Amino acid sequence: MKKSAISDPFEKARLEQGVSEIDDQKDPVKMVLGLKDVRKCAHNWKTYQSGAAPGRIVVPSEVHIRDTRQIPFEVDPPEHKSYRDLVEPWFKRPLQDEYKILLKQQIDALVDDVLARPSVEVVEEFALTLQSRALTLLLNTPYEESDVWIDWGTHVFRSEDSDLDADKANILYDYIDQQIDNAIASPTDDLYSMLLSSEVNGKKLTKEEVKGVMILTFAGGRDTVINAVTNTIAYLAEHPEALRHLQDNPDMTGKAVEELVRYFSPLTHMGRVATEDTQVCEHAVKADSRISLCWASANRDERVFEKPNEIMLDRKVNPHVAFGFSHHNCLGATHARQILSTLLVSLASKVGSIDIHQYHEKIEDWQQFQRKVGYDSIHVTFHANNK
Amino acid sequence: MAKVTFVTPDQESITVEADSGSVMELAVNNNIQGIDGDCGGVCSCATCHVHVAAGDVTKVGEASEIEQDMLELDDNANEFSRLCCQIEVTEAIDGVVLTVAG
Ligand code: FES
Repeated sequence: MKKSAISDPFEKARLEQGVSEIDDQKDPVKMVLGLKDVRKCAHNWKTYQSGAAPGRIVVPSEVHIRDTRQIPFEVDPPEHKSYRDLVEPWFKRPLQDEYKILLKQQIDALVDDVLARPSVEVVEEFALTLQSRALTLLLNTPYEESDVWIDWGTHVFRSEDSDLDADKANILYDYIDQQIDNAIASPTDDLYSMLLSSEVNGKKLTKEEVKGVMILTFAGGRDTVINAVTNTIAYLAEHPEALRHLQDNPDMTGKAVEELVRYFSPLTHMGRVATEDTQVCEHAVKADSRISLCWASANRDERVFEKPNEIMLDRKVNPHVAFGFSHHNCLGATHARQILSTLLVSLASKVGSIDIHQYHEKIEDWQQFQRKVGYDSIHVTFHANNK
Repeated sequence: MAKVTFVTPDQESITVEADSGSVMELAVNNNIQGIDGDCGGVCSCATCHVHVAAGDVTKVGEASEIEQDMLELDDNANEFSRLCCQIEVTEAIDGVVLTVAG
C-alpha cells in the first residue's frame, strides 16, 4: 500500500450492521456508517440534537474540559438559524477577490520557502504555518498573530499523552478571553469586534456567546485543515503526474479539492444526542444516548461511490459529507476549500516533485476501528518545477 | 447558445445565456442571488437548488438517483426540484425558467 493511502476501517461494519458502538468515557456512541443513514440522521435535528450539554456531541466528549457552548455548532433550530445567519456572510469572505489575493500571496511565499530548504517536516513547518497564517485572514487580525498560534503546536486540545488535555484547552480559552477584552477596550474590524457589536434576535451577543463562536473557529479549523494539507502533500509526493495534470487543467482544481476532502475526511465523525427512543438501521437508540455521524465511513460507501478507495481527482458526481450535511454543515468550508484550491494551484505551478523521507502516521483509536487521519510528522523534500 | 431565465428569491427575473458548462456555473458567473455552488458542482452541497417551471420539465430532464437522494432531504424540495449543477447548458434547455429555491 502507498504511504499516502488512507484505508477504510469501517467497510465490514458498514456493510454488515450499518452501525457500530464504541465507548467514550462511559458515554457510549453508536456510530452511523452508511451515507444515506448519516445524511438522514444529520438532517433530523429534532431526534438527534446538537444542543446537548456543551462538549457532549464531540467525540471524544469534551464535557469535562469545556463549559462554553460552541456557536452555532451546539445550538439547534430555530435558534441555530439566527446565529448562523449572523456569522455566515463573514465566513463567506474567502470568496472575495481581495481575500483570495492575500491567501495566494501567503501560500506562494510558503511554497517558495520550502522549495529553498533541503528538508521540511510538513506538519509543523508547512501545514501548521499555513493554517495559522490563513486564519489571520479569516479573523481579519494582524498577520503577526499567527506566530502565537504556531507556538501552541499542532493541537489545541490533544497532546502527545492524552486525547483531552485540559491545560492546552485553557491556553486557547484564556487567549480568547483576553482577545475579547482587547476588542471591547478598542474595537477594530476583526471577527471579535464584529461579533461584539452584533445582535441576535434583538439582543447583543454576550461575551460568552462571542467566546463560543471563537472557540469553534479556532478548534474546528485547526487539526482538520492541518491534516488535509499534510495529506495533500503526501498524496502529491506519490502522484507527481497529478501535479502536471493540475497544472495543465486548472479547471479541474475544484473537483480535485472535493475528491481530496472526500478521501481524507479530516473529521472522522461528529456526535448527536437522541431526544427520544428511536432506531438507526434497525438498531435501537435510547433517549439521551449518543450517536455519531461517521463522515469518514459514509465517504467510502460503495453503494454511492464508484471505486470509493481510489482518489479520482476529476470525479464528477461526488456527494461526499466531508464538510458535514444539513443545518450544521461546516461553517469554515468556504475558507478550507479556498485554502486547498489555492494550495493545489501554487504547488502545480511551482513544484515538480516531492520526496517522502521518514514519517509517522497519526492513527485514531476507536477501539474496533483504527483509522489513519494524517501524520504526526512527515519529512519531505520539495523539488522545483522546471516545466 | 441557450437562454435561461432565473427567478430570484426577490422575485427578480434575470435572463442570461451561455453555450457550455453547467447551469450552476451560469448562475454563479452572473451573480444570481441564492445560487452559491459551494461544492463547485459535484452534487455535495445542494446550494444550487432550483424549481423548474412546470412546462420545462421535459426539456430539463430528470434528476439522477444521487441527486434525488440529496433533494429528498432539502426542506424546499418539490416535484420540480433540481440541483442545477447537474443540468448541462445545451440548446435543449433554451428558454427554460428556473426559480431559485433558496
Ligand atoms: S453546486 Fe454543490 S450540489 Fe450543486
